[in-house]
Amino acid sequence: MPPTRTRDASGYPGFWRGLRPRKHEGRTAVAAIAFSGTQNKEVLGLKLNELGISRLHKLISSGEVTSVEVTEAVFERIDEVEDTVKAYLFLDREGALKKAAKVDLNVARGEEIEPLAGIPVAIKDNMCTKGIPTTCASRILEGFVPPYDATVIERLKASDAVITGKVNLDEFAMGSSCENSAFFPTRNPWDTSRVPGGSSGGSAAAVAAGEAIYALGSDTGGSVRLPASFCGVVGMKPTYGYVSRYGLVAFASSLDQIGPITRDVWDCALVMNTICGRDPMDSTSADVPVPDFTSFLNGDIKGLKIGVPKEYFGEGIDPAVKEAVLGAVDKLTELGAEAEECSLPHSEYALSTYYILAPAEASSNLARYDGVRYGYRAEAGDLLEMFKKTRQQGFGPEVKRRIMLGTYALSSGYYDAYYLKAQKVRTLMRRDFDRVFERFDCLVAPTSPVVAFPLGDRTADPLSMYMVDICTIPVNIAGIPGISIPCGFKDGLPIGLQVIGKPFDDGTVLRVAYAFEKNTDYHKERPEL
Amino acid sequence: MTTEYEVVIGLEVHVELNTDSKMFCSCPTTFGAEPNTHVCPICLGMPGVLPVINRKAVEYTIRAALALNCQVAKYSKFDRKNYFYPDLPKNYQISQYDLPLATGGYVEISVDGKKRKIGIRRVHLEEDAGKLLHEGTGPKTSLVDFNRTGVPLIEIVSEPDLRSPEEARLYLNKLRTILHYTGVSDVKMEEGSLRCDANVSIRPLGSEVFGTLTEVKNMNSFRAVERALAYEVERQKEILERGEKVERETRGWDENRRITVSMRGKEEAHDYRYFPEPDLVPLEISRDWVEEIQERLPDMPDERQARLVRELGLPEYDAEVLTSSKDLADFYDACVKHYPEAKTVSNWVMGEVLGYLNEKGLEITDLPFRPEDLAGLLRLIDKGTISGKIAKQVFQEMCKSGKAPETIVEEKGLKQITDESEIAAIVEKVMEDNPKVVEDFRGGKEKALGFLVGQVMKATRGKANPQLVNRLFRERL
Ligand SMILES: [Zn+2]
Repeated sequence: MPPTRTRDASGYPGFWRGLRPRKHEGRTAVAAIAFSGTQNKEVLGLKLNELGISRLHKLISSGEVTSVEVTEAVFERIDEVEDTVKAYLFLDREGALKKAAKVDLNVARGEEIEPLAGIPVAIKDNMCTKGIPTTCASRILEGFVPPYDATVIERLKASDAVITGKVNLDEFAMGSSCENSAFFPTRNPWDTSRVPGGSSGGSAAAVAAGEAIYALGSDTGGSVRLPASFCGVVGMKPTYGYVSRYGLVAFASSLDQIGPITRDVWDCALVMNTICGRDPMDSTSADVPVPDFTSFLNGDIKGLKIGVPKEYFGEGIDPAVKEAVLGAVDKLTELGAEAEECSLPHSEYALSTYYILAPAEASSNLARYDGVRYGYRAEAGDLLEMFKKTRQQGFGPEVKRRIMLGTYALSSGYYDAYYLKAQKVRTLMRRDFDRVFERFDCLVAPTSPVVAFPLGDRTADPLSMYMVDICTIPVNIAGIPGISIPCGFKDGLPIGLQVIGKPFDDGTVLRVAYAFEKNTDYHKERPEL
Repeated sequence: MTTEYEVVIGLEVHVELNTDSKMFCSCPTTFGAEPNTHVCPICLGMPGVLPVINRKAVEYTIRAALALNCQVAKYSKFDRKNYFYPDLPKNYQISQYDLPLATGGYVEISVDGKKRKIGIRRVHLEEDAGKLLHEGTGPKTSLVDFNRTGVPLIEIVSEPDLRSPEEARLYLNKLRTILHYTGVSDVKMEEGSLRCDANVSIRPLGSEVFGTLTEVKNMNSFRAVERALAYEVERQKEILERGEKVERETRGWDENRRITVSMRGKEEAHDYRYFPEPDLVPLEISRDWVEEIQERLPDMPDERQARLVRELGLPEYDAEVLTSSKDLADFYDACVKHYPEAKTVSNWVMGEVLGYLNEKGLEITDLPFRPEDLAGLLRLIDKGTISGKIAKQVFQEMCKSGKAPETIVEEKGLKQITDESEIAAIVEKVMEDNPKVVEDFRGGKEKALGFLVGQVMKATRGKANPQLVNRLFRERL
């Protein structure tokens, strides 16, 4: 069973549609205010686009810098490095500056502003943005402009966040390198001959390169955590159900979850505060209280029990990664945590389970791209030919591969052997986690067995590409929270530490990550571009 | 010697629920709006949208299921049925596969005076598809209207218990009546809120194994169902008589040619690749909720029919006719409340009222007057204010103008003349004018009296009290 909670259909008031009307408000016009170009403003020796959310919030709300200045600094950086990094698919400079000006006006009026107000954010291009193209990096959605905002976008807009534009991804979030984008691959800011990881490669690269203060990504099998790890930033997959999926273009519905990509753990907690919470538009969104996630960030992990699953250090792991992650375990022990090896015996089935479940759901989710109502439509003589040609020409090879895998797995005569079996293994894998969480407060593991690899290195061998997600996939299968934070370097390439927690105990995950970050300097390193 | 065959029919009936909003979004469900005006990103299957279950639709399904004597599931879920068609925006339909909302019910029909229970295998809830428009679009073009997309639809699958096309019609009729009683649907076949497919097979009488079935689609009226099934049964018989085998296939009813034609064979059958809908959480249906729905369920036609016989002493036949629709039964009950002579009211409703409605092709709800007006009319007869004959005249006027019977009698001066001296004068005048007839009567021709009475009625335009006229003649003759 997917990690969904059964709810009583009769007695549960928040469960049904229509109890809370959804607002579809238009963009409010804001009078442009004049601003002077203090573009090269620096704070503590850092340019504005290099600062984090919490510091920028203090500066903007106190009037020391304006949101327009911050936004301009970000766009200047984009002008400077985007040709090399190629993180963005769409830039909304005008919309961003307009929003920034509005925030500055609010500050000038002495109004309180939200923690994310006036701070530039990049959005993975698989989240619907009203009036702004949303392509999923696919030809098949070329020209598609959504008539509505995803719930996370509504939440960001309600917080007066400044949306800089839409960033690159593997087509429909299917991939681990961002090379499956139909438009162009994004480069890793640490070494532009290497991949940024995927699928949220654009999000991670933009944040690492200073082309956004933070970004939203989506994580189905590691798509936030892996690129965060490859790009040396923080990336979190919240518990399934914490963040509404409404408006996130579905890849695999029972695994997809939106998450923040930031420069440090504190920023990550701030973004979590804004994006988490029950949404009546998403039946799988959980009705659980959302704490102030920054309240977990006290640096204290004394007595915390940390499990280190041995299966995550097995065959194929880069020795440098292993060393860095085990070094991190030592660091955590040094800080007062108790670490111990543990086992998740069904881990070996993670990849095969995932590559049945995710494609099965995807084959159905992606059926709607048929050329009838929106997006790309191929010229054809009749209906069936139109369907076939549209999909043949509109989808890239990896998407087609997964649609075929999924269609096969669901076909009559094969369903029991594949889909049903995979669901059973999924249950076993969740039980693995349940069992270790009886003894441990959280687990630590590598985010990926490898560091960023050169472009083209794994494109010819899909299995070698799939292996990159071996440590992140189980977390999606179990629906539990996971974060990736920088924990070292190999030849100048970042290594990611993964912290995994109990369902809806995202706070503990952040707490451990913060304690590690506070006592290390890896997150302060910046790529030279 | 020719083999005798047993007909085996099962029906799959789709009924649109009349909830205010669609199954998974807030769009209205009203029939007949301008194309593509009742749509939103969700029912258009835009990228990123998610469904949210309409509680009312689940409640209506449970209500219908209870009325059909089904067991309501404690645990139920939705599944995706995958197939490509341009009227299906997501190219999958959210439906229910292995855990429907209800199973194991029955409907009772009476065939030649005998009661038969027809089993209901399952009742499940799903979303409707859109409508393709092929007319006036030019060559190689079709248009899609998505207004109907996402309207809640229940599928009611019968057991293969029907033994003739006639039984199929009776079952369908009963099903419609029951659903109409529950109020969950308009059940109008013309508007597409009730649709019916059939599985038909035949087997030698006494055989335990089923014959190969064909699925018959595109039957757009109750009559079409009976005709199509009769045709299909004959077609299969002929095939078997020829010593050939019936092919398992889907056939469509061609109303103009009155035949079924092959639509697709077994090889072309869809693989719908059902799997649990990951965008929805499974439903746990609490027993309290089911009980609450059960309690609010109105009396079903069978119970109501029994009550009319038991409590009001109506003949079975009257009770059956009067409960054939909920509105009619409600009308009758309201009349009886104001005029307790149950059989008199029944005679009037079944005679005058239904006669008028059938003649004009109207529904009981189209009547312009209230049940208490009909009761008032009957009271006027009792009081002797008008005769039964005049009452029928007044009834026609009520149907036309909707005025109260008292008003009509007043306005048209239809009040019965009961003044003895006034009538006596007319009686004497008639005797004077018709001496020959008077002679005939006195000579023993009883029939002559009728003529004389008739003359008085004519002179008074039917308003004279007929008993009084009779008495006055007899006194004078
Ligand atoms: Zn809608």
